[in-house]
Amino acid sequence: MSDLMNLTLKIWRQAGPADKGGFVTYEVSDISPDMSFLEMLDVLNEQLNAKGEEPIAFDSDCREGICGMCGLMISGHAHGPERTTTCQLHMRSFKDGQTITVEPWRANAFPVIKDLVVNRSAFDRIIQAGGYISANTGAAPDAHATPVPKDNADRAFMAAECIGCGACVAACPNASAMLFTASKVVHLGELPQGQPERDARVVAMVNQHDHEGFGGCTNIGECSTACPKGIPQDVISQLNFDLRTAMRHSR
Amino acid sequence: MTENSTKLVEGLYTVGAPIADAKAPEGPIDKKWTTRKFEAALVNPANRRKMSVIIVGTGLAGGAAAATLGEAGYHVKSFCFQDSPRRAHSIAAQGGINAAKNYKEDGDSIQRLFYDTVKGGDYRSRETNVYRLAEVSANIIDQCVAQGVPFAREYGGLLDNRSFGGVQVSRTFYARGQTGQQLLIGAYQALERQVAAGTVEQFTRHEMLELIVDGEGEDRRARGIIVRDLVTGEIETHLADAVVLASGGYGNVFFLSTNAMGSNVTAGWRAHRKGAYFGNPCYTQIHPTCIPVSGEHQSKLTLMSESLRNDGRIWVPKRREDADKDPRDIPEEDRDYYLERIYPSFGNLVPRDIASRQAKNVCDEGRGVGPVVGDFRRGVYLDFADAIKRLGEDAVRAKYGNLFDMYARITGEDPYKVPMRIYPAVHYTMGGLWVDYDLQSTIPGLFVAGEANFSDHGANRLGASALMQGLADGYFVLPNTIRDYLATAPKNELTEDSPAVVEARRLVEERTERLLAINGERSVDSFHRELGNIMWEYCGMERNEEGLRKAIDLIRGLRAEFWRNVRVLGAADTLNQSLEKAGRVADFLELGELMCIDALHRRESCGGHFRSESQTEDGEALRHDDEFAYVAAWEFTPDTLTDPEDVAVEQVGAGMGAPVLHKEDLVYDFIELKQRSYK
Amino acid sequence: MPTTTLSPRGTTARSTTVALKLLMAVTGLIFVGYLLLHAYGNLKALQGEEAFNSYAEHLRTIGEPMLPYAGLLWIIRVVLILSIIGHAYAAYTLWSRADSARRVKYDAVKTVATAKWMRWGGTFLLVFIVWHLLNFTVPKISPNPHKQGPDILNNPYQLVVATFQVWWMVLIYVAAMVALFMHLKHGAYSAQQTLGWTSTPAAHARAKLVGWVLATVVVVGFLIPPLAIAFGLIGD
Ligand SMILES: Cc1cc2nc3c(=O)[nH]c(=O)nc-3n(C[C@H](O)[C@H](O)[C@H](O)COP(=O)(O)OP(=O)(O)OC[C@H]3O[C@@H](n4cnc5c(N)ncnc54)[C@H](O)[C@@H]3O)c2cc1C
Ligand code: HEM
Ligand code: HEM
Ligand code: SF4
Ligand code: F3S
Ligand code: FES
Repeated sequence: MSDLMNLTLKIWRQAGPADKGGFVTYEVSDISPDMSFLEMLDVLNEQLNAKGEEPIAFDSDCREGICGMCGLMISGHAHGPERTTTCQLHMRSFKDGQTITVEPWRANAFPVIKDLVVNRSAFDRIIQAGGYISANTGAAPDAHATPVPKDNADRAFMAAECIGCGACVAACPNASAMLFTASKVVHLGELPQGQPERDARVVAMVNQHDHEGFGGCTNIGECSTACPKGIPQDVISQLNFDLRTAMRHSR
Repeated sequence: MTENSTKLVEGLYTVGAPIADAKAPEGPIDKKWTTRKFEAALVNPANRRKMSVIIVGTGLAGGAAAATLGEAGYHVKSFCFQDSPRRAHSIAAQGGINAAKNYKEDGDSIQRLFYDTVKGGDYRSRETNVYRLAEVSANIIDQCVAQGVPFAREYGGLLDNRSFGGVQVSRTFYARGQTGQQLLIGAYQALERQVAAGTVEQFTRHEMLELIVDGEGEDRRARGIIVRDLVTGEIETHLADAVVLASGGYGNVFFLSTNAMGSNVTAGWRAHRKGAYFGNPCYTQIHPTCIPVSGEHQSKLTLMSESLRNDGRIWVPKRREDADKDPRDIPEEDRDYYLERIYPSFGNLVPRDIASRQAKNVCDEGRGVGPVVGDFRRGVYLDFADAIKRLGEDAVRAKYGNLFDMYARITGEDPYKVPMRIYPAVHYTMGGLWVDYDLQSTIPGLFVAGEANFSDHGANRLGASALMQGLADGYFVLPNTIRDYLATAPKNELTEDSPAVVEARRLVEERTERLLAINGERSVDSFHRELGNIMWEYCGMERNEEGLRKAIDLIRGLRAEFWRNVRVLGAADTLNQSLEKAGRVADFLELGELMCIDALHRRESCGGHFRSESQTEDGEALRHDDEFAYVAAWEFTPDTLTDPEDVAVEQVGAGMGAPVLHKEDLVYDFIELKQRSYK
Repeated sequence: MPTTTLSPRGTTARSTTVALKLLMAVTGLIFVGYLLLHAYGNLKALQGEEAFNSYAEHLRTIGEPMLPYAGLLWIIRVVLILSIIGHAYAAYTLWSRADSARRVKYDAVKTVATAKWMRWGGTFLLVFIVWHLLNFTVPKISPNPHKQGPDILNNPYQLVVATFQVWWMVLIYVAAMVALFMHLKHGAYSAQQTLGWTSTPAAHARAKLVGWVLATVVVVGFLIPPLAIAFGLIGD
């Protein structure tokens, strides 16, 4: 239908965690603007496979922007030039003849596993530190026992939209995961059920965040710009507030 | 298995002993679950730590089960192939989750949810299980709210409901278009809490490749799994007292589906090869409103909420020549609003299977729209022009804005101006490993939960019921039934050197080596794509004997070629995504054949299974309750025909003999069987 | 590999990077408060030598006899010194932390301007303050070859005039003011964010505006006297 494109791809290849890695340049041709960025990489991988070269490793699963598995740094932008996930980025956002640089998320807390695949288990550990409400199965009161004001419910939902993709870390000049951490703190902190653990949660989560080796947040705001779910920076403010409250309560 | 007859039926399968008892307790249906919970043996809290359970899968079913068993104090090992438990495919569910809360006071009840689910499943599900599902549904919502799941609320602060999938009550709880994500994050957080507490050990980027079954006959027990660490390539052995599979659905056998790229059948299929029966493999659900395929490169299909059919009108051009025209230039009289034409009373709101089938029919006639994919156009218009005229663009935006945006992002077209294009896509698999009332498979100690089992949806699943089932299984059912097994099952020592373990490990290692050694010409994806085309063509929305027989031949040919000619590059001892895919496709190549055999043997139409030979005069599905009111539970047999010299081929998977059919009769004590009609 | 739980080193609110930021915000705001007064005081120069010098003298006699001569000033000085130490400590700690949080840099990412301005601009301000104190407080240095000696050095007004009659001094101060503007514009907003006062989108937007206004007021206030002197509008 529409015009096919030819592109030059400068892609980070790294055989394993210990390998130094480097860029390799590939040419792809006849790329349809309707392809997603990852489908374009699929096409490249099929070509590599045919030539006997090992395909490029990259993560993806749902390919519809919700699981948070995908994530590439595309010509300097986390998830590419549009506000969306890499899997929902389409080739029509690029121009024929363009050179595109593809890098993995870069952060020491996200070590590279291979090529464009990184290890984001630090996020799981931040959640383990306190990103939950302790409610054992079977112990719950009726769902209508505690009404939640709609404003709080909506704000909790907004923060709960985080898909844990790590683009905020990738984009932050400090490699800070504060947007991710804060979205969980706000999600649970907005709800009445989340109040009993509120102080302990923020203290434990931020400590774990720091311990994982993420940078501190200095309110630069690149994270929110890159976040495919548009989580705003004001969640970080609320995290700061909660931490200060915890400090007052001498946590 | 002495009763098995060895006579081939239709040249494809043999018939074995029927399944006599699914082990539901006696008594009235509304007391059965209470009875079962009471009768299930208890485990002293101090002993729980010494008992271990492996749970494969961290979706709603697996995540909830792992968290709950962890809370109870068992030693749980949880596995998923993604990099975090939170990414299980449950995350993608959009619409909502059903529960018989009757918060709207509109006449909902456990009884009604039970009834709707059995009817929705076209009377091919087990009454006892479905009743229990309806019974625990209300507890699910309580549990999720307590965990902080941000369900939609009304201004008064109470939970909102919507109605879904044609039922007449409002019982669907939702969290905007992300119900699955929010529920899964709730289960995930509960799981992570247990990881921190030390009760759950979490293994991410680990793929189960074999089940360890110790013992023989009645004494055999599922005792562990062999996994591959997807990062280092290391083959690991994990032993436990019981194994739970919650590994999701197998829709990806069709290559293109709304499932995630990694969704696969390997865990279930490996267990099937070890003796677990596979229930109703041919029951697949095809969803009518997906964004159509845009070209050969397509890797997956994206679902758009069915709610679009409330205001959008579906049509195709009357004449093929108009396919290329701008739809806005096609005058009314040249359009065919085919659903409104064929089903004047239900119109665009006919059930999923009918809407899907009719879309395929008009496209097969050559009247589809959009790009030509393969040899014809796969798409029909979903037009909001009338709705925009009637309600105004703002009202349409308020109602469907996020769906329109998603459509625009994917297709690059503006649905406010140009009609959207939709096409059906494989969405859900009702079939799965056969389980009894306790969710235990035919291998003692192997439990199956969530979409991976065949249990509650019969031949068709209602919208918003899969999330309910996954969480019911994970939070409430499994933790109660598995404790009975753990308390009573005899324990014998098993070590990494035990023959059953060594054997399972060897299978995995050989298979891996073999896949890497073939070094043929075709990529894994090309096999997968071809298998998907065969399945879609012959075992998709409409099936018939001729097509299914052809499909079986084609699949056998493709499978043989796969083991001869696939090319998997890279090494076994690193992250190797081609190798992962190859293993999954190898299993799909076997499953696909079983699905076709199942579809062929079931000479009736029911739910998602439409046999063109079995329809009413109006082209509606026609059930044959006298012959087919049973669950088809298939037993695996290895191929005895394979060249005995080539042992390796047989053991790694190329060999698959005629499966054995075991029937579990469905008895309807509480609900009367009826034919459905939507005219 | 099984995902293991690492036990965090610190477990109190105080041991976090957010606590460091709080330190920075509080000390930064102390400085902002001081600068507002300071700029206001400097504007007295427009009213002439009398007004400016008696203001300077007044600063030293506030609180007498409760406080000794220059007592309040010393209190302020101590607070300011502690603030700048705390502020710089936190800034450099976070900076080095950020560096080690991403050892392998991107090939195609352009560094964000804000990050650069805050850090290099802040460092420049630190150097500037050192010079500024040498210039006006201890030991007092007049950069003007024509105006030397105790008469100038002991007369604050004259020292200021002497200083800004030197063109390159004006340039240095203007440069410092540009750095200060950038630093305050982001800093004043950032401090509110750090203190958790911006937890709604509206508050967040307001905080950005406050940053702009504050930076403009301070910098314009500061710039008027030196430029007035440089252009000969006021003088000895
Ligand atoms: C697009 C979409 C929308 C949907 N919308 C709805 C809806 O609105 N309402 C509704 O009720 N249902 C909906 N469904 C259906 C529902 O989401 C699923 O049926 C349900 O979530 C399945 O949950 P599960 O826990 O069984 O499996 P999954 O969530 O699929 O989890 C499978 C888990 O198993 C793991 N796994 C699989 N194989 C292996 C292996 N070999 N080794 C290790 N780990 C393995 C995976 O890592 C994963 O953790 C939707 C489905 C789709 C695809
Ligand atoms: C010693 C030299 C200085 C250095 C190295 C420095 C550095 C920094 C840095 C890196 C930040 C972090 C802001 C960010 O990136 O978001 C910051 C914040 C700030 N600075 Fe400075 N600065 C210095 C001096 C000053 C001075 C003199 C003032 C007062 C005029 C000041 C006021 C502020 C304020 C108000 C903030 C905001 C605090 C916050 O972000 O919470 N700084 N500074
Ligand atoms: C153009 C702008 C400025 C002018 C003309 C100016 C002028 C002066 C003068 C005349 C003094 C001596 C006052 C006295 O001893 O009574 C002084 C002191 C001081 N100024 Fe500035 N200043 C300017 C900008 C700044 C800035 C930007 C800062 C800080 C970031 C600053 C910090 C100080 C400090 C800390 C002192 C010492 C106060 C004391 O201890 O007595 N000044 N300034
Ligand atoms: S906050 Fe946004 S960018 Fe960060 S992990 Fe969550 S969704 Fe991704
Ligand atoms: S970009 Fe980084 S500095 Fe903070 S506001 Fe965002 S985490
Ligand atoms: S692959 Fe799931 S968000 Fe991109």
